[in-house]
Amino acid sequence: MTEVELKVRPIKNGTVIDHIAAGQALNVLKILGIFGTSDATVSVVMNVASGKLGKKDIVKVEDRELKEEEVNRIALIAPAATINIIRNFNVVEKRNVDLPNEIVKVVRCQNPSCISNTSEPISSRMTVKTKNPVLLRCVYCEQLLTERIADYLI
Amino acid sequence: MFKKRHVLTMREFSRDEIDSVIELASSLEPYARGKKSSMLEGKILALLFFEPSTRTRMSFETAMKRLGGSTINLGSAEASSVAKGESLADTIRVIGGYADAIVIRHPKEGSARLASEFSPVPVLNAGDGAGHHPTQTLLDLYTIKKESNLDDLSIALVGDLKYGRTVHSLAYALSLYGADISLVSPPALRMPEAIKADLSSKGTHVYETSDLTEVIEQIDVLYMTRIQRERFPDPLEYQKVARSYRLTPEFLAEAKKTLIVMHPLPRVDEITPAVDSTPNARYFHQSFYGVPIRMALLKLLMGGDND
Repeated sequence: MTEVELKVRPIKNGTVIDHIAAGQALNVLKILGIFGTSDATVSVVMNVASGKLGKKDIVKVEDRELKEEEVNRIALIAPAATINIIRNFNVVEKRNVDLPNEIVKVVRCQNPSCISNTSEPISSRMTVKTKNPVLLRCVYCEQLLTERIADYLI
Repeated sequence: MFKKRHVLTMREFSRDEIDSVIELASSLEPYARGKKSSMLEGKILALLFFEPSTRTRMSFETAMKRLGGSTINLGSAEASSVAKGESLADTIRVIGGYADAIVIRHPKEGSARLASEFSPVPVLNAGDGAGHHPTQTLLDLYTIKKESNLDDLSIALVGDLKYGRTVHSLAYALSLYGADISLVSPPALRMPEAIKADLSSKGTHVYETSDLTEVIEQIDVLYMTRIQRERFPDPLEYQKVARSYRLTPEFLAEAKKTLIVMHPLPRVDEITPAVDSTPNARYFHQSFYGVPIRMALLKLLMGGDND
């Protein structure tokens, strides 16, 4: 058994998000809408050694199979993340995250003068210009967002 | 050729679309000068200016009236329902029920895009904060076409190239025409890298300098802009910079005879009044051309077939 597996036991059913950039696990939960008040059993492992990334975070959500569109938004902050769907201790599906072409209600525009940062009845909308590195453009004011995206998560 | 429902940014215009607007504007010029027209008779244009404007507001109003239509006006934002806390989205939905098209100027960037999402009628962006002002760019291109030449053009954009929204979208539009662009500004007010990179990626030749004398002999169009005092923390520094870009008839002696001088106005002291009477001055022509260009856009967006 490797050290990682010792830290968090395997789950029977649910979703394991692996290869999250170190330090981003809590932001991943935020993007997934998983807060302390959620019922789900959630394990978070941060800063474990990884062959691929040096260090990585892992999130395990029990008894819930996350949908593709839910997890794809994770690519905003953890483009190397892999999603494993677990049934009866077996990985039945494994896939990478792929950012959609438009992100709605996930990231707010960093431009304080943007109309999307007012009380108008609209949702923040970002067009994904490039996926690696992630480059977003606000649909309203066209301001680009590429660094510190996690700071602007809604 | 022109299939737009709204006019929000220059980026949404292809060269063919710009050409079709320019062509229509040219055919409408006699009407802009006073020939009677009933092309938009019975149509109503709503003017929503949440920020002060003289030329843009009045030229839209003139354009609509010259085409036989009429205008309704929001008046000042303080005296309207906006002051009661109504959202822009609601204001647009309500006024979209009164008018056949809406012209909006608003301090927030992206406000015209928001308006287009809620409006049942076409929206024309007349300036959204530091964002876009596409009708200004179209009238600039029209001026260049009428008074100089849009093909094989060599143009210098002078002044505040960092914050000036008109020069950003003008530079973008000129890249569609393969113009050679000289960017002349004090180092602190240079055009943002992202915009320059975008121009270069379109194959536009961009030259950057802070010295106008370097390029004055080669250019066909000299596009001056205002340097705003508030951009400088040090008033002495402002004076120094402002003086270095003050255009005089003596300076123009170095230029091509056919050079034209443009300015989006209002000017402060970057063009001395003595330049007004030189054959190079075109900035008052330019402000007039706002009328035929806006007439063309209103006609394209609101239809109206009767001549």
